[in-house]
Amino acid sequence: MTAWVETVAGPEAATLRLGGNWRLAHLARLDQDLQAALARLGETPPRRARIVAEELDQLDTAGGWLIVRTIRALEAARVAVELVGARPAHAALLELLRCSQAAPCDPPPRDHPWLRLVLRTGAGTVHAAKEAARFLSFAGAVTLSLLRQLLRPRSLRFTSIVHHIEQTGVNAIPIIAIMAFFIGIVLAYQGADQLRQFGAEIFTVNLVAVSTLRELGVLLTAIMVAGRSGSAFTAQIGTMKVNEELDAMEVIGLDRFAVLVTPRLVALAVSLPLLTFLANLMALVGGGLVVIFLLDIPTVLLLRQLQAAVGIDLFVAGMIKAPVFAVLIATIGCYMGLQVEGNAESVGRLTTQSVVVSIFAVIVVDALFSMLFATFGI
Amino acid sequence: MAAPEHVIEVEGLVTTFGATTVHDGLSLRVRRGEIMAVVGGSGTGKSVLIRTITGLLRPKSGSIRLFGEDLGALGDRARQALRARTGMLFQDGALFGSLTVAQNIEVPLETWHRLRPGLLDELAGLKLALVGLSPAAGSRYPAELSGGMRKRAGLARALALDPEILFLDEPTAGLDPIAAAAFDELIRSLQAALGLTVVMITHDLDTLQRTADRIAVLVDKDTTIGTLTELRANPHPWIQAYFAGPRGRAAAGGES
Repeated sequence: MTAWVETVAGPEAATLRLGGNWRLAHLARLDQDLQAALARLGETPPRRARIVAEELDQLDTAGGWLIVRTIRALEAARVAVELVGARPAHAALLELLRCSQAAPCDPPPRDHPWLRLVLRTGAGTVHAAKEAARFLSFAGAVTLSLLRQLLRPRSLRFTSIVHHIEQTGVNAIPIIAIMAFFIGIVLAYQGADQLRQFGAEIFTVNLVAVSTLRELGVLLTAIMVAGRSGSAFTAQIGTMKVNEELDAMEVIGLDRFAVLVTPRLVALAVSLPLLTFLANLMALVGGGLVVIFLLDIPTVLLLRQLQAAVGIDLFVAGMIKAPVFAVLIATIGCYMGLQVEGNAESVGRLTTQSVVVSIFAVIVVDALFSMLFATFGI
Repeated sequence: MAAPEHVIEVEGLVTTFGATTVHDGLSLRVRRGEIMAVVGGSGTGKSVLIRTITGLLRPKSGSIRLFGEDLGALGDRARQALRARTGMLFQDGALFGSLTVAQNIEVPLETWHRLRPGLLDELAGLKLALVGLSPAAGSRYPAELSGGMRKRAGLARALALDPEILFLDEPTAGLDPIAAAAFDELIRSLQAALGLTVVMITHDLDTLQRTADRIAVLVDKDTTIGTLTELRANPHPWIQAYFAGPRGRAAAGGES
């Protein structure tokens, strides 16, 4: 059964007859019909209007709203409205809707696209500036907390540090080893291909050794650790913040830096250099296998070439970056975790942001190191 | 008088989680137009029961009929259509965090009906007014609302399609007594005006007292159903402890 509205316009009084099922299913059409009826009545407004509801069968709040809205519109046009013939249940519902002071929700505000661009740029700039200031003050607080704890080594949370070394270091051994091994293979293949043209295949050893020991070993390990552990730091601390665990610590009197941040920082500063050493080793093994089996260069020759190519300064130039990257990744990861607002959605957003920012920071700092080394001729 | 029509009929329901049996041959029948409260101790499967009736969980065995139709025998489409005739208020509202309150209310409307945007905003405003929120609340995001307001907004979304059955999971938990009393009043008046059938889980003895027509007590993996007066006379030790304990007596004493 459908729903209908019938309008009989007279000079003195108009009649609206409503019938059928005034339910959500028929709402779109009823809405149109009523608008049309109101427009017609609006041309020569009658003094009185009768709304006859005796043929109304089913009525829900949506249908009721259309009736209430029509009554309001007519009354606003100074028409005396009379509702007749409604069943008690319908009358009660209409009365409830009439008293509920319902008004349409505002549609979301829409600014001009150009204005929106300007607004977003401005808001983004202000946000970035504030974020930078906040991060700087966080880094300062972490440094102070760390120094204070180093002065009293007993206050360092040894168990927690060991736990995080296991999480970020020991558990990362397989993935880092395999990744570095394959990087070594890839480098050796590409290098051998190019160098063969000059008959200088033996220099593949130099290529692999210098590029991994100096740059790629530490850089790729840092990127892997940022994705693996930096994100985990953010997610762990963020989840604790959502659960109000950080507030609980505060109330108990625990220092959140000492409990959450410095153990992770120290742990990563220990495990990232060790992982880097492992990665260097595995990349050399991978590259070495290619040199031995693909280029048919004897192992003795390979080792002699390696010894000539690699000095201790080269190895140190790579390794010295590892603790710096570790501090960067841990600081950013913990900072992002503490920025989490009280909902699960922001944990996800900040975890993503944490990975992106820490990888970006690692690459920028690596470039700075290169400039520094070039300036001092290392 | 004709026998009352049952809109929900649960027969021989068995639910298990691993080795734990939560419901063992549970039955529950809810009449059209009544407010049925579900009470029980922690872990007796109150939420599980409601989630099973709404089809969020599959029972191990037993049949569930909504409006006389067997849920297990229906195809996906028919079950979805049946869902449009029910509404559910989750414990913390379960509002979509990325949408404003008004958009949250419009989601079920848009899913089931083609309506012009202006009319959608009118209906959202109407539902907000029905649950006692101002239209201004419609443009706010769930994270910006207090717990009580989130509950009301969740109720407004549950009411969006004018459902015939409304499921409420602890509607007054976490509300202050004044807000809880207002919520009871709201449920009562909506039920009277819209002819709703309401199934609600509650721990709130005052809510039981003021709103429930009948109460289903989950004990011994089955239900014991009765009015408050009938249950007070029930000799079962847990039911006695619940309704005749200090809190139960205090709630009853407040009745005048």
